[in-house]
Amino acid sequence: MTDRSSTRSLLRLWPYVRPVRTRLCVAALVAVVASCLGLVISLVLKWIVDGPVAGRDPGGVWWGALALLVLGLAEAALFGLRRWLVARPLAGVESAMRADLYRHVQRLPIAFHDRWASGQLLSRATTDLSLIRMFLAFPLTFLFVNGVTVLVGCGLLLAQDWALGLVLLVPVVPLIVLCSLFETRYALVARRAQDQVGDLTTVVEESVLGIRVIKGFGRHRSQAAAFRALSRRLRGTELAKARLLAGIWAVITIVPELAIGAALVLGTVRVADGGLSAGTLVAFLSMALALRWPVESIGFLLAMSQEAATAVERFFEVMDEAEEDGGGAGGGGSVAGRSGGLRFENVTFRYPDAPPDAPPVLAGVDLWVRPGETLALVGATGSGKTTLTALVPRLHEVTGGRILLDGVDVAAMPRQRLRELVSVAFEEPTLFSASVAENVLMGAEGADDAELRRALGVAQAGFVRELPQGAATQVGEQGLSLSGGQRQRLALARAVVGRPRFLVLDDPLSALDVHTEALVEAALREVLRETTALVVAHRPSTVMLADRVALLSRGRIAAVGTHRELLRDSAEYAWLMSGAETGTGGRG
Amino acid sequence: MTESGDAFDRDTLPAPEGATGALLRSLLRPRRLRVAVAALLLVLQQAAVQAGPLLVAYAIDRAVPALRREDYGPLIAVAAGYAGCAAGAGLLHYGFIRTSARVNQDVLLDLRGRIFRHAQALSVDFHERYTSGRLISRSTTDVESLRELLSEGLQELVGVVLSFAYISVLLLWLDLGIGAVAVASFVPLYLLVRLYRRRAAVAFSARSTAIAAVIVTFAETMNGIRPVRAFRREPANDARFHTLNHRHERRNGDAILEMARYVVGSRLVANTAVAGMVLWGAHRVAGGTLALGILAAAVLYVRRLYDPIDRLGMFLNSYQSAAASLEKIAGLLAQTPSVREPAAPRELPPARSGTPGREVVFEDVRFAYRTGGEVLPRFGLTIPAGQTVAVVGSTGAGKSTLAKLLARFYDPTEGRVLLDGVDLRDLATPELRRGVVMVTQEAFLFSGTVAENIALGRPEATRAEIEQAAKAIGAHDFIADLPDGYDTDVRKRGGRISAGQRQLVSFARALLADPAVLILDEATSSLDIPGERAVQRAMDTVLHGRTAVVIAHRLSTVEIADRVLVMEGGRIVEDGPPAQLIGAKGRFAGLHRAWRDSVVG
Repeated sequence: MTDRSSTRSLLRLWPYVRPVRTRLCVAALVAVVASCLGLVISLVLKWIVDGPVAGRDPGGVWWGALALLVLGLAEAALFGLRRWLVARPLAGVESAMRADLYRHVQRLPIAFHDRWASGQLLSRATTDLSLIRMFLAFPLTFLFVNGVTVLVGCGLLLAQDWALGLVLLVPVVPLIVLCSLFETRYALVARRAQDQVGDLTTVVEESVLGIRVIKGFGRHRSQAAAFRALSRRLRGTELAKARLLAGIWAVITIVPELAIGAALVLGTVRVADGGLSAGTLVAFLSMALALRWPVESIGFLLAMSQEAATAVERFFEVMDEAEEDGGGAGGGGSVAGRSGGLRFENVTFRYPDAPPDAPPVLAGVDLWVRPGETLALVGATGSGKTTLTALVPRLHEVTGGRILLDGVDVAAMPRQRLRELVSVAFEEPTLFSASVAENVLMGAEGADDAELRRALGVAQAGFVRELPQGAATQVGEQGLSLSGGQRQRLALARAVVGRPRFLVLDDPLSALDVHTEALVEAALREVLRETTALVVAHRPSTVMLADRVALLSRGRIAAVGTHRELLRDSAEYAWLMSGAETGTGGRG
Repeated sequence: MTESGDAFDRDTLPAPEGATGALLRSLLRPRRLRVAVAALLLVLQQAAVQAGPLLVAYAIDRAVPALRREDYGPLIAVAAGYAGCAAGAGLLHYGFIRTSARVNQDVLLDLRGRIFRHAQALSVDFHERYTSGRLISRSTTDVESLRELLSEGLQELVGVVLSFAYISVLLLWLDLGIGAVAVASFVPLYLLVRLYRRRAAVAFSARSTAIAAVIVTFAETMNGIRPVRAFRREPANDARFHTLNHRHERRNGDAILEMARYVVGSRLVANTAVAGMVLWGAHRVAGGTLALGILAAAVLYVRRLYDPIDRLGMFLNSYQSAAASLEKIAGLLAQTPSVREPAAPRELPPARSGTPGREVVFEDVRFAYRTGGEVLPRFGLTIPAGQTVAVVGSTGAGKSTLAKLLARFYDPTEGRVLLDGVDLRDLATPELRRGVVMVTQEAFLFSGTVAENIALGRPEATRAEIEQAAKAIGAHDFIADLPDGYDTDVRKRGGRISAGQRQLVSFARALLADPAVLILDEATSSLDIPGERAVQRAMDTVLHGRTAVVIAHRLSTVEIADRVLVMEGGRIVEDGPPAQLIGAKGRFAGLHRAWRDSVVG
């Protein structure tokens, strides 16, 4: 059994459980008392039957009933107390773990996020954490409570009558073993069903997200066929699950009933020959009934623990990843003597998850963007332009070489400071669920209204005025959905709002129509004049924004110069900018 | 959140009265025999289970005295009866679980399939308004909550109700007084359950709203991690998340406590009733008016009676959430596709010799959304077979609507769209897609290999044909460079495929599909200039002679067009060969000049 490693996983919860340990322990004790009260009720029944009932003493019955009432009320109150004791603290544990996870993943390297689908992280923050809370609320307590109850019950049964007790207890051990064996097998099938649901969900998601492609090519029949095959497979697995379940339920029903039946027959014989009181027989049967749940539950409590252990592993799998460090401590004053601007010195880069034999994406890039200059970066699709831009704010770490901002190595700067200096507009313009103003102003703390208007003006985002609540309109996932061009303009406004010292723009005008593009270019020129900028460009119109152009090819800077110079001197550049098939430069 | 009155902003779409019930009936009707068998098995199983205590009564009251007379008959009867009931209960339970699982799984299979097929059949305009997230959760989360009810809650719920009924009847039969106490206890229990359901509904919906907010923020942060980092949002996000997370913690605690209150309340009622019944029964036995065995049986019954009561609350919850989910699903299924398959499909006439393209005619077409708002006023347009038409104009001018009408993503509000004289509405889907294929801006790739994604254009295509299509569009080089070439899984590690490369793949699809009419809606927006040229070359060679409608921001596309349409405010304001329009003084001439300037610099 893998119980040892499961236990080890679950022990890692201790730091989160520590603050609520007292309450948890008290709650467990309360539950033990409540659970054992249930057994005592059987003893009271025995007393009633053998005492007042057998003695034909109607008055004595009152005392027995009163005792039952008190015990019953106490049991109810104690179970309530247990739930009340743990409800809020455990919700607190869950939320503390979730907050920690969120805090942590926000600070994990981008390379980690490239590797992990957001759905995977999300399921850890929701399903797994609520599994863990359930574990702390039930299996953790009840494995202990039910264990104690079963032991106490066994003791009581045996103390009442050896032979009868043994008859009832014989099936307990095999039943527990059978239940946990079943749970192990069941967990396997359940996992398989879970995976198949995941596959089915993927098909559903893709068929919705790709609906235009499916309709455009008339492929809904083949999608439906794929879906049907997967959902049939899932049905098969679910039926296998049901078969297992049916089997174990048959065992759980038959075995204890047979034991009780045997006890009944034996008990009847003993009562008839006077070896046993009628009250004891009643108490026995009632106690056997009371013990059924604790015995049966052990199997699924163990299964829940196993699941929780997996959930804990999944949680710590993410938590154990190292966060991005805070960056260097220095970077106060720029090193005198060194030239300013943005400088790449022999920068190499390969993705951390790339196969070892793959060539590096960047293989020795040397590039200098002079202070105040705008440099366009041009290269064929897949030449590493976007990767190069991501290295400046250290979203990825260089594999070799270094990048200098005004003479200071970015690796030596605190990341916060670095990212204040460098502002980025990404190729994929992402907006968050917040107002337009909040989305734009996240580029600059403490910028005022005038600054917002200026940034929106630069990005030609006049459409904002026509939104229902102007710049206060909610956008993003939960708000108004904007067109690609509109989102791109807001992302551009976000990049320029803080008047950053360094600006990195990744193909900032790709989604704009010709007319808007011309207007944005005109306004952007003003902004670029004040900053040092690196602009990824696919088209001549974007290149026009720059003072000089660098051509990135096969992971190196192949040429630097003005647009005209490169058009004249570089065949690859001419090919990229005009599509003319004259040059010798192919794709890298 | 927007507070507009549009029904599509809400989860539950308007459905006719009783649609939920009708849906449930239609799901169960084909399986009514199995449902009946399952119900019968459950009824018998409960009967077998509940026979136990009666045998106890028989043993104490009959078998004990009989034994004292050396008569073993009743004892043997008890033994045989108990063994029989135990075995019967077990086997019946086994049969019930398997039968009901068949029913449940068949219902779920049916329902999943219906939602899927329906969502696929619904027109593009529906998909544009009802967000993908909602549609996905209809077929995942909502089906899941129904599954939970069917596989876990329902049988327990029915079992509890059945055992309540059996035990009450048995208790009343054993002794009217004990039975009366049991039945009387149902009144406070019923009230308690009702109160709990009301309060739990509030608590649970507050909790699910709270967790939804947490999930949205979490997902948004992960999906936008680059801007989050680049703009140093981590501390601000932490604070925001803390608020939402804390709210969820409170709501979660509320919901758990609500459950705790219910459990305490029901236990109190149950235990009080037990004490009352024992008091009454013991009193009567002591007084000599009731047999001891009957009391013993009653006590055992009473303990069983209230056993499942804690869980009842849980089942009711799953019942409630399943009912809500089913209602949402029924609302979705009640939507009718605005673009329907023809009842009597026609075929396209054989292509005229010499041209693989077909003639397109918009005949007095007008288009307005069903919610109102005219997009395209009445117009007429004829595109001869083989012509390449570029459509230009600013955002919102109606270019995409024109394309979607031609692709039959929408049907015109008035008028007809004809392909070689046949109304698009008369063409079955496979025939329609042999005629018209549209490539859109969002080049969506499905999970699977690159080759499979290209083969979407023509599933029966061979590998050679797939590679040929990729080569024709200039996508072969980058595909060959991927870790497993054409067999690279686009969703796996190493499958870093840029937006431009995705567009090339989706273009290769279109080449493979080889339609008579090709529509490109911003299909080249992410391509660099060489990529764009490759597309133009492919249209000149592989797709030569096809009718093409090209929508593009970039005017470079116009160079290959035979004809340009300039749209504005839903109308075609200029129409003619590019050279003629450039020479004139219209809008197109202005646009073209600006574009020329930007290219040459």
